Amino acid sequence: MKTTEEIFQILKENFPNSELTLKTDVPTEPFIIIAPFDVDKISLFLRDNPDLLFDSLMCLSGVDDFNGQKVKDENGNEVMQGGTLSVYYHLESTSIRHKLVLKTSTSRDNPEVVSVSEIWNSANWHEREAFDMFGIKFINHPDLRRILMPYDWEFGYPLRKDYQNPEFYQGMKVPY
Amino acid sequence: MGLLDKEFSDGNIIITTTEDLFNWARLSSLWQVGFGLACCAIEMMATSASHYDFDRFGVIPRPSPRQSDVIIISGTVTLKMALRVKRLYEQMPDPKYVISMGSCSNCGGPYWEHGYHVLKGVDRVIPVDVYVPGCPPRPEALLEGLLKLQEKIRQESLVKKSA
Repeated sequence: MKTTEEIFQILKENFPNSELTLKTDVPTEPFIIIAPFDVDKISLFLRDNPDLLFDSLMCLSGVDDFNGQKVKDENGNEVMQGGTLSVYYHLESTSIRHKLVLKTSTSRDNPEVVSVSEIWNSANWHEREAFDMFGIKFINHPDLRRILMPYDWEFGYPLRKDYQNPEFYQGMKVPY
Repeated sequence: MGLLDKEFSDGNIIITTTEDLFNWARLSSLWQVGFGLACCAIEMMATSASHYDFDRFGVIPRPSPRQSDVIIISGTVTLKMALRVKRLYEQMPDPKYVISMGSCSNCGGPYWEHGYHVLKGVDRVIPVDVYVPGCPPRPEALLEGLLKLQEKIRQESLVKKSA
């Protein structure tokens, strides 16, 4: 079993060129912040290294950090410009029985993260959900379609903080 | 032996109006679409099971809308599902009835304000005959709703237009 601090040291030795940050002063378990385009190679290492063996991606979640510039658009609605969207990965090793949390942040205006669906198959639908709710594009995903909202939903990504619900969808009134 | 072979003196003859006969036949065998949406569907299944026994009112789930008389909207109608609900309703033959079961399908329920994906009441896509309140309604409440629907059918007329 390894703590997040020990795993962080192993990652630092093996990825000297990658940007890695350990975050411990949080009320939750500590996590490691990585760059959005390093996610796939770090994930593959975490899965296959005999000391780590993270064989299970328990959860992959999108988050709207809501840290950009609040601007009024032409209709008077408040929209967010700049800032970041984040993806959290909760990993577990079922053989060594240790856990790890990874975080990566990507720009809100062009949110792109490398997909890990080739590494953990469970990521496939989780990434589709993060795409559906936040509009985060997962590069190399085999089938990046909406998963919960209707396929013809063209009113944006509902879990973004500045999301505006449409008045009508397919002739049906949406607001109460 | 058929009815007509018998003499009138036989006594086995009931005289009624066509309306009453039709209404009685309709309300006594309401076949519902075998269809459930959310947690209300669990209560609907409990109502169908032996303890509450929907079958004693002639209600049996039918796996095809084309052979059904009533559709029980049992649960949250999402915008994605609303189009399918509407299609199911349109596939049912007339006369057809709708029971809206639970707060979600009545008016959106707990999703009324922030439910970006929820239709705020199934009556926005199909006409509803009986609303059953509750979250979810107990089987007794659904039975009450069915009895209300039967009452409504009993009042129907072949010549007068229904409201």
